[in-house]
Amino acid sequence: MSKDDATDSQGMDFLQTSGRRWMTTYIPIALFLFVLLFPFYWMGITAFKPNEELLARDGNPFWVSSPTLAHFKKLLFDTEYPAWLMNTMLVSVIATLVSLFAAVLAAYAIERLRFKGSRATGLGIFLAYLIPPSILFIPLAIVLQNLGLFNTRWALVFTYPTFLIPFCTWLLMGYFRSIPYELEECALIDGASRWEILVKIILPLAVPGLISAGIFAFTLSWNEFIYALTFVSDSEIKTVPVAVVTELVEGDVYHWGPLMAGALLGSLPVAIFYSFFVEYYVAGMTGAVKE
Amino acid sequence: MHQRVQTAPGATAPARPQMSMLERLQNNRNALGLVFMVPAGVLLLLFLTYPLGLGVWLGFTDAKIGRAGVFVGLENYEFLFGDSVTRLALFNTLFYTFIASILKFVLGLWLAILMNQRLKHTTLLRAIVLLPWIVPTALSAIAFWWIFDSQFSIVSWILVKLGLIDGYIDFLGDPWNARFSTIAANVWRGIPFVAISLLAGLQTISPSLYEAAAIDGATPWQQFRNVTLPLLTPIIAVVMTFSVLFTFTDFQLIYVLTRGGPLNSTHLMATLAFQRGISGGAIGEGAAIATAMVPFLLGAIMFSYFGLQRRAWQQGGDK
Repeated sequence: MSKDDATDSQGMDFLQTSGRRWMTTYIPIALFLFVLLFPFYWMGITAFKPNEELLARDGNPFWVSSPTLAHFKKLLFDTEYPAWLMNTMLVSVIATLVSLFAAVLAAYAIERLRFKGSRATGLGIFLAYLIPPSILFIPLAIVLQNLGLFNTRWALVFTYPTFLIPFCTWLLMGYFRSIPYELEECALIDGASRWEILVKIILPLAVPGLISAGIFAFTLSWNEFIYALTFVSDSEIKTVPVAVVTELVEGDVYHWGPLMAGALLGSLPVAIFYSFFVEYYVAGMTGAVKE
Repeated sequence: MHQRVQTAPGATAPARPQMSMLERLQNNRNALGLVFMVPAGVLLLLFLTYPLGLGVWLGFTDAKIGRAGVFVGLENYEFLFGDSVTRLALFNTLFYTFIASILKFVLGLWLAILMNQRLKHTTLLRAIVLLPWIVPTALSAIAFWWIFDSQFSIVSWILVKLGLIDGYIDFLGDPWNARFSTIAANVWRGIPFVAISLLAGLQTISPSLYEAAAIDGATPWQQFRNVTLPLLTPIIAVVMTFSVLFTFTDFQLIYVLTRGGPLNSTHLMATLAFQRGISGGAIGEGAAIATAMVPFLLGAIMFSYFGLQRRAWQQGGDK
């Protein structure tokens, strides 16, 4: 393997012996991967361990000798977990779609219509991106109370876009900027309206950007915690991250099995969704940082 | 910033007979621009700008849950300034942010450099490395809760088996242990973001620069110090600003792992604001704590701004 590396690669790599490369590259990377993945392995293995094994001090803790689905069964049939999953999905999807819609229009207006004050609006959007939920949740709770949205799923659907729209708009502005003006000018001469240009020319060309923004918005919504914790108190409308933390912990007795099963099941959808679009996700993340 | 949105119906001025209002709107980029800004503008004004102002105002009132407060001036801030728990929370937040950010930066940069060495399966590697960042923090924090359990911690188990310690470590029960345990979990979650962003920066550096440096006899450390770091500085500034921002305003990790305990030793500003404002019902006080974070955030943003300036200057742009 290292032989191939040495012959394939250009540059100064031939100076590195394979032993050295092991020491300076492969082993550190393996250590990093071990540390980064271990909590997931631990979460997974715990979710399948029967209670006796969980609390046993002897034996090999890194393996399950008699795996069980009891924790998952308890989770799915004795708790409202399916409803929580459904809520998270519903809120994430709607918040993502609303944010994408608003962000596409805003980004197009700022980047292409160049209306009076568009630069200031663009800067404002960027600043909005820097305002963290931690300083907004208390006044937002009051606003939602006054609007009669407190303790409803709508509270989340309406508040998630506050951190999704700035990000998506910023990302899409970058994508729109890369689309040549000439295309738009041709369409204008041919008599297309701005709306038609946006829908028929800009959007098809910005599909990668839309996917990036969409997947980012979806994962951010799925992971959101502080708003979901503050604005929703009825068990049946909670989202998974909040419900696992608040509903599965009863007093001082920690049901580690169901807790881990809940964490695992709550992580899987977003991890699977993400795995299909990794490249778009990375492009979105690094693009946003580089802008 | 978005106030203009409200004047969008300005296009309703009497239309000339030969042109419908819709057509006039289509041809006026200002009017159309404002119409396009309506969905984003309304949502952001109502749920971001307004609450931001409301939060600052609430910090000057004695509002409680279910009772609108009256203006009390700086009373909340005076009280908080003399409150030992708040001061401890400020110390914890600064400590947590400082240590975690440095660790995330060093380890993240190291991982980025490792991943930049023409490895095989880079795409797969990147996908795996990003996992901790993708998974809901509240849920991975639960895994850490179990890893840090005082009786069944796997870390303690290994250390005991290796003969390094005699008894199980009380990771979350002792103030300093708890601080470092929460920092460890935060670093674990933050490394991927730093590493992948910096990796993107590293990949823009031309290999010919390293070849030139090597021909001039530069050691790997000199190459890193004199080629990599200067070229990476602008992106480091941005990435670390975001990282500091996320860390400083962190909430969920602490809420899940310790809820601020033991003895308030892991309370951050955000968790204290939640405890006082939402759980305790003292909205005014909670809002004041949250507002007190703003100056620090502004500091971080200024930092980013000057970092960006430097980047534009390096590229010869006038952005």
